[in-house]
Amino acid sequence: MSVIYLLLTLSILVAIVFFIAFIYSVKNGQYDDAYTPSVRMLFDDELVIDKIEKQTKD
Amino acid sequence: MKATQCYHCGDSCNDDVIEFDDKHFCCNGCKTVYEIFSDNDLTCYYNFQDNPGAIPNEIKGKYDFLESQEIVDKLLDFSDTNTQIVTLYIPHIHCSSCIWVLENLHKLQSEIVNSQVDFPKKKVRITYNSETTTLKEVVLLLSAIAYEPYISLEDYERGSNKVDRSLTYKLGVAGFAFGNVMFLSFPEYFEVDGYWIETYKNVFRWLMFTFSLPVVFYASKDYFVSAYKGIRSKILNIDIPIALGITVLFLRSTIEIVFDLGTGFFDSLTGLVFFLLLGKFFQQKTYNFLSFERDYKSYFPIAVTRINNSKEENVQIYAIEKGDRLLIRNQELLPVDAILINGTAQIDYSFVTGEAVPVLKKSGDKLFAGGKQLSGSIEVEVLNSVSQSYLTQLWSNDVFSKDYKSSFKTITDTISKNFTVAVLSIAIVATIVWLFIDVSKALNVFTAVLIIACPCAIALAAPFTLGNMLRIFGKQKLYLKNTTVIEQLAQIDTIIFDKTGTLTTHKENTISYTGIPLKISEKVLLKSALRASNHPLSRTLYRNFKEEKTIAISSFEEVLGKGISVHQNNTSLKLGAASFVNQELQETSLDTAVHVSFNGDYKGKFSIKNSYRKGVWSLFNALKDAFNLSVVSGDNEGEKDFLQDNLPKDTSLLFNQKPEDKLTVVAQLQKEQKKVAMIGDGLNDAGALAQSDVGIALSENINIFSPACDGILDASRFNKIPAFIMASKKALKIIKLSFILSLCYNLIGLYFAITGQLQPVIAAILMPLSSISIVVFTTVSTNLLGKKIK
Repeated sequence: MSVIYLLLTLSILVAIVFFIAFIYSVKNGQYDDAYTPSVRMLFDDELVIDKIEKQTKD
Repeated sequence: MKATQCYHCGDSCNDDVIEFDDKHFCCNGCKTVYEIFSDNDLTCYYNFQDNPGAIPNEIKGKYDFLESQEIVDKLLDFSDTNTQIVTLYIPHIHCSSCIWVLENLHKLQSEIVNSQVDFPKKKVRITYNSETTTLKEVVLLLSAIAYEPYISLEDYERGSNKVDRSLTYKLGVAGFAFGNVMFLSFPEYFEVDGYWIETYKNVFRWLMFTFSLPVVFYASKDYFVSAYKGIRSKILNIDIPIALGITVLFLRSTIEIVFDLGTGFFDSLTGLVFFLLLGKFFQQKTYNFLSFERDYKSYFPIAVTRINNSKEENVQIYAIEKGDRLLIRNQELLPVDAILINGTAQIDYSFVTGEAVPVLKKSGDKLFAGGKQLSGSIEVEVLNSVSQSYLTQLWSNDVFSKDYKSSFKTITDTISKNFTVAVLSIAIVATIVWLFIDVSKALNVFTAVLIIACPCAIALAAPFTLGNMLRIFGKQKLYLKNTTVIEQLAQIDTIIFDKTGTLTTHKENTISYTGIPLKISEKVLLKSALRASNHPLSRTLYRNFKEEKTIAISSFEEVLGKGISVHQNNTSLKLGAASFVNQELQETSLDTAVHVSFNGDYKGKFSIKNSYRKGVWSLFNALKDAFNLSVVSGDNEGEKDFLQDNLPKDTSLLFNQKPEDKLTVVAQLQKEQKKVAMIGDGLNDAGALAQSDVGIALSENINIFSPACDGILDASRFNKIPAFIMASKKALKIIKLSFILSLCYNLIGLYFAITGQLQPVIAAILMPLSSISIVVFTTVSTNLLGKKIK
């Protein structure tokens, strides 16, 4: 039954890891701008097409 | 197809369409930007959004001040031997195309290492190689593609702007602890007598204790500080019962687990703090792209051109002294009071007074700070330094340094006084009664009352109601500084309007012609002449001639600041200032007019006046029963009779008011115990806006500029003002209803507490239940309220 100690320790450790990750990301300003990244991620495809076009032109 | 739209900026191309690459452009500026993009494989710009661009402005010489190392150093975020980082505010950022092109700046200029857009703030952070390029070149590149950054004196003065994220941390800590404590308390909720729980309960309990430590000592710190401040200034604010509740919860729970009396209330404790912080977080809605703290500094330039021994040099504007000679170019702003020495000045004071029509000045005339030069370069001699100027002196008034509004008593503060007294007396009475019945339970009852009466739901009612109202108002284009403004708006009984720029609009003008009627052929020539001119008055007049055709003009001459003369088929036309058209006529300062003469015969003049906004009269009629109304204007009394005829009878009208006078008018009304709302637009209203209980700045374009205020209202929603005030009043009613609702929960809880049967599980159910039902009630009812505004 002492496995409960192990499980408790592990689960709390995992929780703390995520908690630290949260604090770290807030500190780095990741939550300051919640809008632009949602637009930015849609651009990547366009950029690739651009590059291919350029290569074929050259 | 409709009228041809410019492929770049979306403006309708009138007569002169420029075709390039099978696309239509309204002007050479737009075409040039398109060329830059197509040469650099950046035409994707036009795929994300139709016509995303803007027309680039003429900026020759405007950014020469960026050659000064001292100024550049102040603007940079980071500077190393070969890397510099700068954050620039670009008002034009408005769509995904903007983000895309600004983040691909490195394709246009290889020295730019990286650029990142912060869309909500309309800012771009550019990293570039400082060995091969300069800040000036980066700014010029941005201007060339019509993303001209806005650099003002405010940027020069800003210190390290640290973002306060402590509330997010506290919310994180409380949420983390709340979640874990809930899991850990589950076993004891259900298996009260099992062997298993007997073995392990101490582990669970002490773990919960550990998790609650950061919640009590870090996350709820603000409540203790605020309660302490409240007691010291003898105000029973809502944070006192909260702080008391948290303390009692923690102490009683700790004692319970130390002496093995029970599990304690760690679940309720962490949940309470988490919900309270959530309310605070929700209330803290900010409009990143707006600033409510602006003064003249965010409007004034960083540097101007000084003429020193016939050499031009860029000087920081604080370095300007009385007697200096300055060169003010076209579209530049005059930062000081000065005397015009050379050139003709057309000064646009619209940011200061709201007056749209530029004022003509001759050499020797006095010019006031804050005006924008509209035609050609002028030379001026400085009369006062920046801080001593007529306009900027306003900011030395006390009203800008003191925070008058922090003393406002919110609705929560009002109720909390009675609430705190009631809770404490119930707790004491119940304890005394129990001392006679069962002494061992007396302390138990005392703490239970304080725990269950902890006004979580009451403390949440106002933040969620007002926070949601703030968002609803924001969608309706009334942007408020914070939630307190809504409460203040609900108490308003007096409304003061500025006239020019507030009741009138600078988007539309009324043009009236007085003189000998013009023949059709004369009108055609007049319109054709106006078309060729770029002067703002010419553009306004040109739009006034709708039906006439235009003809090509062979001989056209524009005298800067004077007027236009045209010769065509033996007809000569002169139009412009009175002195230019007809020597005998005297310039009158009362109105703005364009005079016309054909072949030397004086014909008449076009008078241009700001027109009143649509719905002004009905707005006043809607407000007249419930509010004292007045109009305070810096202009002369020319419009007095007209306003008296059109506005409700008891509206008071004041003219010739200086910026300080406007402030005094507001202060005087406040002395008479009136709650004053000021609605203005220009820098000259800044004092009155700051002094009033609610200062709302009306803005044609919310991105550009508005003086310090409590709220910014988009001019298109001007006639919604009564609806906004009504909605604020109803919001306060919703809060009061929520108070009643949460008091019901408190009464149920008190029954358990007073009878001495408060179990942790009851507290753990009652507290979140009351909080959540309050949140649901306020959110639903404010949303219903918001629908009515439309």
